Amino acid sequence: MHQPTTEARPSIYYQYQVFQPWLASRHPAQKRQQVVIVGSGPSGMVTALELARHGVASVVLSAELQFSQGSRAICFTRRSMEILQQVGVAERMTEGGLPWRFGNSFYRGQRVFRMEAPHDPDDRFFPIINVQQQYMEEYLHDACQANPLIELRWGNQVVQVEQQDGYARVTVDTPEGEYQLESDWVVAADGGRSPIRSAMELQMEGASYEGFFVIADIKIDLPLPTERLAYFDPEWNPGNTILMHREPNGIWRVDYQLPVGETPEEALRPESLKARIDAQLEMIGFGGTPWEMDWSSVYSARTLTLPDYLHGSVIFTGDAAHLLPIFGVRGANTAFQDAQSLAWHLAFVVKGLAGPQLLANHSAERVGAAREIIDEAGKSTRFMTPPSAGFRLLRDAVLSLSLTQEFVRPLYHWRTSRPHEYTHSMLNSAGDDNRLFTAGPAHGAPPQNVRLGADDFLLDHLGGGFDLLYFTEAAALPAPLQQVVDVTRARGVPLRVTAVGAARPVAGADQTLADADGHLRARYGVQASGAAYLLRPDQHVCARWLTLDATRLQAALATALPQ
Amino acid sequence: MTTANALTIPGLETVYDALATAIDQAGPEKAQLFLVKLALLNANALADPEQFSGHIDAALKDL
Repeated sequence: MHQPTTEARPSIYYQYQVFQPWLASRHPAQKRQQVVIVGSGPSGMVTALELARHGVASVVLSAELQFSQGSRAICFTRRSMEILQQVGVAERMTEGGLPWRFGNSFYRGQRVFRMEAPHDPDDRFFPIINVQQQYMEEYLHDACQANPLIELRWGNQVVQVEQQDGYARVTVDTPEGEYQLESDWVVAADGGRSPIRSAMELQMEGASYEGFFVIADIKIDLPLPTERLAYFDPEWNPGNTILMHREPNGIWRVDYQLPVGETPEEALRPESLKARIDAQLEMIGFGGTPWEMDWSSVYSARTLTLPDYLHGSVIFTGDAAHLLPIFGVRGANTAFQDAQSLAWHLAFVVKGLAGPQLLANHSAERVGAAREIIDEAGKSTRFMTPPSAGFRLLRDAVLSLSLTQEFVRPLYHWRTSRPHEYTHSMLNSAGDDNRLFTAGPAHGAPPQNVRLGADDFLLDHLGGGFDLLYFTEAAALPAPLQQVVDVTRARGVPLRVTAVGAARPVAGADQTLADADGHLRARYGVQASGAAYLLRPDQHVCARWLTLDATRLQAALATALPQ
Repeated sequence: MTTANALTIPGLETVYDALATAIDQAGPEKAQLFLVKLALLNANALADPEQFSGHIDAALKDL
């Protein structure tokens, strides 16, 4: 019998609500579900919200009765905010969050590198915003609660998943015992230790790094701006690295590497935590400032992924699918992209709008993304926590040179999470004009946001299905294009047409953006009327044309939705 | 290994003495670190990762 704790988790700044467990005895017998999502973390809830947006219902199972312990993921990238905007929680994230764009690296008391993340006036969101994960989960949970297509069941722990012919049987343990649930699809969003992954004996590929890091959240009043602070090889922790981040609610994250040979248990003893945090505060000139511990944990860097996320009726996503080092804020930020991708691919298969190849494409695209992240993150990780004597020597040589030599300083840059471009996706149109454009987002790229006016951006107007951006000054959509749009919609495919560049509403378009100053056209590399972009439901570009015609639109839609 | 811009014999002798003296100056504990720093500075001046890889291969021979 699964008995999750009913005691609210301790926290200085966050009041945990303990939810009631969902009990099968209080509900009628259940039909087979279309989608069951195991896990109510960032990837699970965003998958549910995006599925619902595409009209697909889901049941979300959470083993616990409350949001996760501690701040965990705290840094959310611009692309994450754009995805969270799509599921309706970006405003709440912005209200409570601390945006930032500068990072500083220190060695021997000298600032040896300053990262300045660009902030384009065309972007609605900052490069990074800090929000504690419990709040993010609360916002997503509230959005799930408000959605009639999502049923979230607290206190429901999955103990077995059996693959059947075309569906899966899920055994769920609850405070009153087990019940069974059948589902066409099971999304394993059950986290880095994924019990489903273990039970299915799936092996991940990649590397694990030996160094342990302590994460500690402390309440302290430090008169420092919201910027990333990284300290290399300080006197109190020779050879190791310390990171600091400001969080909302008067909390600071202190993240430090442990000396070789020290166990996590030793490191988390209160006196050990206190001595090291005091030493760090002393080093940055705030020794003796009172502070209080909120939460601490230990992690090690890993760069691992499953080679395929699709296994029969089970699809792995987020940390259950891959384990990525936190340097470069790659956990939740990657999970949001996974979830956004998974939801539309799965929804279109569930609704019969595409064949099973579409799910294979999801797996191929996201495994590709994970491998790219692993490659990039591996470089940062080898600098932050050198895996061998050679890497340590090189890192130390760079630290030493960086005091006087400009050319090595970019090595401090830790390559912050960025959205993967599906450049070689099978969904990209082969017969379009992608290569003829000299600007704008190319095949597979996420869209470029564009400021349209005060508090008004391009991405506010897109999403939820395929988007056709049609650049025109004419009064109406050409009849042959209109016909393809109509036939596509009649098949059940959501396709929104946005006309760009006409002063008056264009007949046949769902919305018209005047783009009076031509800025949007410039950012999209459009020089003449008749050009177009086709964006997938995850907003990535799958086709673009200098001059769109009906035949090529039809072909691009057929390629994007393989049968 | 032959290169277009090789050292003259007097030049090579100067480098030889300077490097030996600097290794002694760095001391046994810091000699490795010193040599890696030097390699990175030289690599940056070389500005050619492929040529640098060739140097690595040559230096790894007959250790």
